[in-house]
Amino acid sequence: MTQKLEASREGYGRGLVKAAKKHKDVVSLEADLGKSTKSRMLIPEFPERWISCGITEQNMIVTAAGLAWSGKIPFASTFAIFSERAFEQIRNAVARPKMNVKVIGSHAGLVTGTDGASAQAIEDMAIYRSLPNMVVICPADSMEAEKATLALAEYDGPAYMRLTRDKTPILFDDNHKFEIGKAIILKEGKDLSVVACGPLIPIALEAAELLKKEDIDAEVINMSTIKPLDKDTLLRSAKKTGKVITAEDHNIIGGLGGAVAEVLAENSDAKLARIGVQDTFAESGAPKDLYEKYGLTAENIVRTAKKL
Amino acid sequence: MKAKELQKLAHQLRKDILRMTHAAKAGHPGGSLSMIDIVTALYFDKLNVDPNKPKDPERDRFILSKGHASPGMYAVLAEKGFFPKEELMKFRKIDSLLQGHTDIRVPGVEMSAGSLGMGVSYANGIAFARKLDNRSYHIYVMLGDGETQEGQIWEAAMNTSFHKLKITTIIDKNRIQNDDFVEKTLVIDPLDDKWKAFGWDVIEIDGHDMDEILKALEKAEKSKGPVAIIADTIKGKGVSFMENNPEFHGKAPNDEELKKGLEELDAKIRSLS
Repeated sequence: MTQKLEASREGYGRGLVKAAKKHKDVVSLEADLGKSTKSRMLIPEFPERWISCGITEQNMIVTAAGLAWSGKIPFASTFAIFSERAFEQIRNAVARPKMNVKVIGSHAGLVTGTDGASAQAIEDMAIYRSLPNMVVICPADSMEAEKATLALAEYDGPAYMRLTRDKTPILFDDNHKFEIGKAIILKEGKDLSVVACGPLIPIALEAAELLKKEDIDAEVINMSTIKPLDKDTLLRSAKKTGKVITAEDHNIIGGLGGAVAEVLAENSDAKLARIGVQDTFAESGAPKDLYEKYGLTAENIVRTAKKL
Repeated sequence: MKAKELQKLAHQLRKDILRMTHAAKAGHPGGSLSMIDIVTALYFDKLNVDPNKPKDPERDRFILSKGHASPGMYAVLAEKGFFPKEELMKFRKIDSLLQGHTDIRVPGVEMSAGSLGMGVSYANGIAFARKLDNRSYHIYVMLGDGETQEGQIWEAAMNTSFHKLKITTIIDKNRIQNDDFVEKTLVIDPLDDKWKAFGWDVIEIDGHDMDEILKALEKAEKSKGPVAIIADTIKGKGVSFMENNPEFHGKAPNDEELKKGLEELDAKIRSLS
């Protein structure tokens, strides 16, 4: 793991340009947040394939559906929280008719920071996961975001991908293989499975190092596809360790923690603890301070592991 | 097809609307009957669509945004040959093709609808694709007047003119929405000024006069920018007891009402022969 930092939205911007070069039908729609989501990176090379919708999220989503119906591969981006304003459009115009629309939600989670609770989407994965036909992705770093963007351009169907505003450690290099629906074991272990996604991946890796000192050999799984969840990898690990901790920058209800709990409840005797936002709205603050206050830390994973 | 023939056909399709909603014991006859003259004119005089090639990239597109008017849409598509007419009697039944609200699984349907306010945005998306693909087909949208209470309509209308997309939107102004008359629910007038303010050309017509409908469609086709055709219509048009009656927005005719309605329409068809 290098210490270089980059926000996953940067990877999205690069991935979008690469996807556009590879596929003539890739188009981008933006609701006045293209500087932030990085969709504007498409403009220099493909100005005609970047569509400014203004601040009309509901309209943008259904415009994307019309493009998809005409054979295009639209990526509609805005902040995660504002994509939720178009939830019913995503349900009825995208997910239900299985339109090939990619909804990109940047600035998700507490890591959004000082903008405060109004901007910190902590329920996006839960709501989109509840829609039939939807794929839900939460990349661990900017490289995975880039690879996931390319994978989404090739996947024919509706999907949601959440991105982060703040810089997080770059974990992977260009050889990283991302496959929709496939979890990656980043560190093998036999005593505990830490299943994480997004910015909690570097924190989970840090926790695994700390746990070594406690004689707990933790396995760290990057569950970057929340739906469809890689049940095989999860259950194999849970069978081996008997203990699972989920870690995410999202409400523990309905997101990664919820998805893992559903699978374990029906298929496993493993114990489970969920680290994440404990069903509360947060506040303004530096991402690091918010992670401390709301328990999204390596230390909390260690404490939880020892009690489990 | 000549105006008189189109009018006769529209009355025949009205009979299908009554029969299918009666068979389903559900559905929305009122808004189907108010728009059917215009939709008939489009499908049997204007649109370049071929039931044997429902996905032809050069086809004209008709987007029914008010998806609850599915009986009218399905009656037209069946008549046009997109699927067998027998399907109409299975409308809304389990395991059947014809969903309660228009759905793209039905051949000829261009948009899965059922939630109001989305049609113009969807048409904008198709218009962007048309531009990127260098094609020149026509795009039409049918809205309800109550539907224009949805904010998304105006988000979309603003985008259409800003991006210089050419779309023809028809507003079926039948003055009745689910609960009550539009003017008692939420006033939308002056509708013409609203569309003009959003950069659209406006044409106002009697939505049951075939000659006016055909002329307006002709004019819209030749226009450079987006056109809103505000069609003055009567909800439940063609069936006396349904006309201008908010009760028949979402209520099917019973046995007696079906019989009476069909008789009235037969008389209208005879008078045109």
